[in-house]
Amino acid sequence: MQWTDDKVQEEIVTLLQPFNPKGIELTPETDLSADLYMDSVAAMNLVMEIEDRFDIDIPISLLPDVNNLQDLVDVVLAQKSKG
Amino acid sequence: MSLFDKYDQVAARHDRLLAAGRDPFNICMDRIVSATEAIIDGRDVILVGTNNYLGLTFDPDCIEATVEAIRHEGTGTTGSRIANGTYSSHRALEQEIAAFLGRKAAMVFPTGYQANLGIIAGLAGPKDTILLDSDSHASIYDGCRLSGATLIRFRHNSPADLDKRLTRLGDDKGGKLVIVEGIYSMLGDQAPLDEFVDVKRRHGVELLVDEAHSLGVFGDNGRGIAEAYGVEDEVDYVVGTFSKSLGAVGGFGASSNPEFEQLRFTSRPYMFTASSSPSSVATASATLKKIQSQPQLRRQLWDNARALYDGLKDLGFEICAATSPIIAVRLPSEEAAVFMWNALIQGGVYVNLALPPGTPDGSCLLRCSLSAAHTPAQVRKVCEVFDAARRAYKEWEATQSAAE
Repeated sequence: MQWTDDKVQEEIVTLLQPFNPKGIELTPETDLSADLYMDSVAAMNLVMEIEDRFDIDIPISLLPDVNNLQDLVDVVLAQKSKG
Repeated sequence: MSLFDKYDQVAARHDRLLAAGRDPFNICMDRIVSATEAIIDGRDVILVGTNNYLGLTFDPDCIEATVEAIRHEGTGTTGSRIANGTYSSHRALEQEIAAFLGRKAAMVFPTGYQANLGIIAGLAGPKDTILLDSDSHASIYDGCRLSGATLIRFRHNSPADLDKRLTRLGDDKGGKLVIVEGIYSMLGDQAPLDEFVDVKRRHGVELLVDEAHSLGVFGDNGRGIAEAYGVEDEVDYVVGTFSKSLGAVGGFGASSNPEFEQLRFTSRPYMFTASSSPSSVATASATLKKIQSQPQLRRQLWDNARALYDGLKDLGFEICAATSPIIAVRLPSEEAAVFMWNALIQGGVYVNLALPPGTPDGSCLLRCSLSAAHTPAQVRKVCEVFDAARRAYKEWEATQSAAE
């Protein structure tokens, strides 16, 4: 399957729902920490869900650059293109 | 902008903790009475949160050996092994550890934290990949970061997830190191080491096991989880600490890899830190002998672990893992955990308070660690105080909701 920016975003929005108890609108700019109040452990758990969904590994070193939803999309696309 | 602005949230949380009572992360023991008792704020307290598994910290033979070492070798080494010299006692202890574990060589570090830093950052480099269990201790994470290797986390205690990730890596050229712990410090749950060994063998990668909480505790001879599972030959590197069952301060790495000792001149956390003090080395050497000569200590430890586990379970507390010398009681909220931790101290019992994000799955825990030195009466008292602390919390909770 060819993953596009939109499709990846759609999947990540689904995976983010358990981390969004207040049900705020999720946009590419939604910040994981400031808007969703995710701590480092929650973020790592989300990353594992994303890894499973897309069948990729996201090395820990890439995570400091991940702040918002779009950053997650970019990381997934970058890792997918490696595979 | 202040350098400390980034800590605003965590500092506010700490202030809220202090408002609820004592500081759980900075408790001061005015006097240490024994391996299982201290005086805190003038009160006699049973220690159930010290990781003093075999209760050897006040063993007369070990104290004597330690005092002798200070008399003969002095109070400190005043420098590093590579720049300022190795004491014969460092080397002797390394040989004793290697012999005990059936490995060719061992390297001693000033703390367990540094042992993980030194061994992991020494073994792996920027072109290598480390696959680590997601619940790994901070010292493992920090050692991994220091190595510069690509870091991939696999799901906690899941050989299947590790297998999947190793398969994904395919024929990636760099070296690959898998890291797990024998038992995990927060919940006391065990790694399924036989299954991990099966995966690592199939993929032809190397395995490091941190036996910090399992050395002296698991295995017929106290060599840890790898001995208990009968897979020691498949564990390429063992890391351990002196600050738990060995009742001292320090750590070690051990291996039969013929190139292992190259780490002495390549691993920065080994090279650029002061060497272990003569007293720590002498204590570890003496307590290591006790582990071997007094297997009854392990039996006492496990008897105590079972007694506390059963006692708390009978009282209806939720315990996170199967019986082990670490018994983590899960509380429904941070408020409940903090209240009960304070009530336990008030009742004369010290346990560890563990809160997210330092715990798996956002759990709020009261973590107990047993010792061979605990008496059955102490274990019964701990259960009674847990029960009373929970009653006090329920009453307090009722007054709170009545006030609302």
